[in-house]
Amino acid sequence: MKLLGFLLLLSGWGIVETAFYLLHGNALSAFILAGLGVEVLGLVLVTRAHLPATEDSR
Amino acid sequence: MTADAWFAVYLLFILVVPLAIAGLALINTGLGRSRSAAHAMTSSLCVLSLAILIYFAWGGAVEGAVGGPYFGVGLGPFLRYVPWTNASSAASLLPILSVALSAMIPLGSAADRWRLSGACFSTAVFAGIIYPLFARWAAHPHGMTFLLDAGGSGRIQATGGLTALSLSWLLGPRIGKYSANGMPAAIPAHNGVFVLFGCMLAWIGWLGLNSTGAMLHIPPGLAAERLVLIVFNTSSAAAAASLAAAATTRARFRRPDASLIANGWMAGLVSTSAGCATLKPATAILTGLVAGVIVVLAVEFFELHLKVDDPCGSISVHAVGGLWGLLAAGIFSGSSAQFMAQLVGIATLLGLIFPMSYGLNWLLSRFIPYRVSIDGERQGLDLHELGADAYPEFVVHADEFLQR
Repeated sequence: MKLLGFLLLLSGWGIVETAFYLLHGNALSAFILAGLGVEVLGLVLVTRAHLPATEDSR
Repeated sequence: MTADAWFAVYLLFILVVPLAIAGLALINTGLGRSRSAAHAMTSSLCVLSLAILIYFAWGGAVEGAVGGPYFGVGLGPFLRYVPWTNASSAASLLPILSVALSAMIPLGSAADRWRLSGACFSTAVFAGIIYPLFARWAAHPHGMTFLLDAGGSGRIQATGGLTALSLSWLLGPRIGKYSANGMPAAIPAHNGVFVLFGCMLAWIGWLGLNSTGAMLHIPPGLAAERLVLIVFNTSSAAAAASLAAAATTRARFRRPDASLIANGWMAGLVSTSAGCATLKPATAILTGLVAGVIVVLAVEFFELHLKVDDPCGSISVHAVGGLWGLLAAGIFSGSSAQFMAQLVGIATLLGLIFPMSYGLNWLLSRFIPYRVSIDGERQGLDLHELGADAYPEFVVHADEFLQR
């Protein structure tokens, strides 16, 4: 889950950076927001992977 | 402003930037345990020394000269492209001091458990690769605009703050911080006076940091009038943020909390850095107010819900505050293109710099032990790593506040 999260973070950045070189106008804004959305998903996965197991959750 | 006057003003402001570094070192030391106080200060000195030397030897070549080739290709190591003997060389002083400040941020989140040797190796990677890579990226245009980050909310603060988060996760929490069912114990700051005096020192340093950062990015003719605005924006945002943090802690915990007010003050300074030269006074105050509220909520969220042990609140202040600063500079710029450029900056920090920082530190920690032994942590890093306490005449090893 941790590795997947970091891959999503990198993918999100790839989407944003590529969009900047290829797109203009509304399409650019949409792809930047989409890339950020992918990054948020990656952050959630990385965060969940780092949550310690507590007695309550076992 | 003539070139000579520009140089004199720039030199005046750059000379106060080390006070930001001194302030941060005092804050990190005061918020940590008394048994690791000398270690915290020693680590600060070693980390800033190493950051300066590594940046000089290699990091500067990665960042390269503004307008020069990507990754400093052809520039060579040891800052060979800086002549050092004319006024224009003064521009090279800011990144050297910036990387030192940025490299010290992770010491706060990793306090009381990070070996000095681990901190030094991690700093070498940070100053040689991570910081200059983002600084280089930020100096290039994105579409029709540049990233608006004059004082370094992203370049200095968020880069260091996200590395702090990586290290907090890699090191794990301090012994006794969390009970078996995940409830955190409050481990209080050992010296509130250090922390609050550190905030005041940091304020002076930040005036220099924001002013010199902006002077490198705005035409000399505009520099004089913008400097007044920068000084006011920086001070008013910090003031608004500390009061907002005081009000938030008063509302949530029934009394104002000194360490969170200090964090609020710092978050105000951090968040106003990006737009210090472009924000209007009212929007700078609004940026600070939001930063003061966010930082209190973020400290609580990281500690209670994410189980991240961050003794000095470095992640909330520098990563969250820095990212908010970048966003605020875009929101209040009034330009959609600028707002998009700021979003791309945030995306790069989260999507490139954070995974890179985590990955490189994870790799280093496989070869160099990062965390001290359990006995060392119980004994305190002062005695364990340095062989002498910061306060040898006092009993400082009481653990009454820890859950058993």
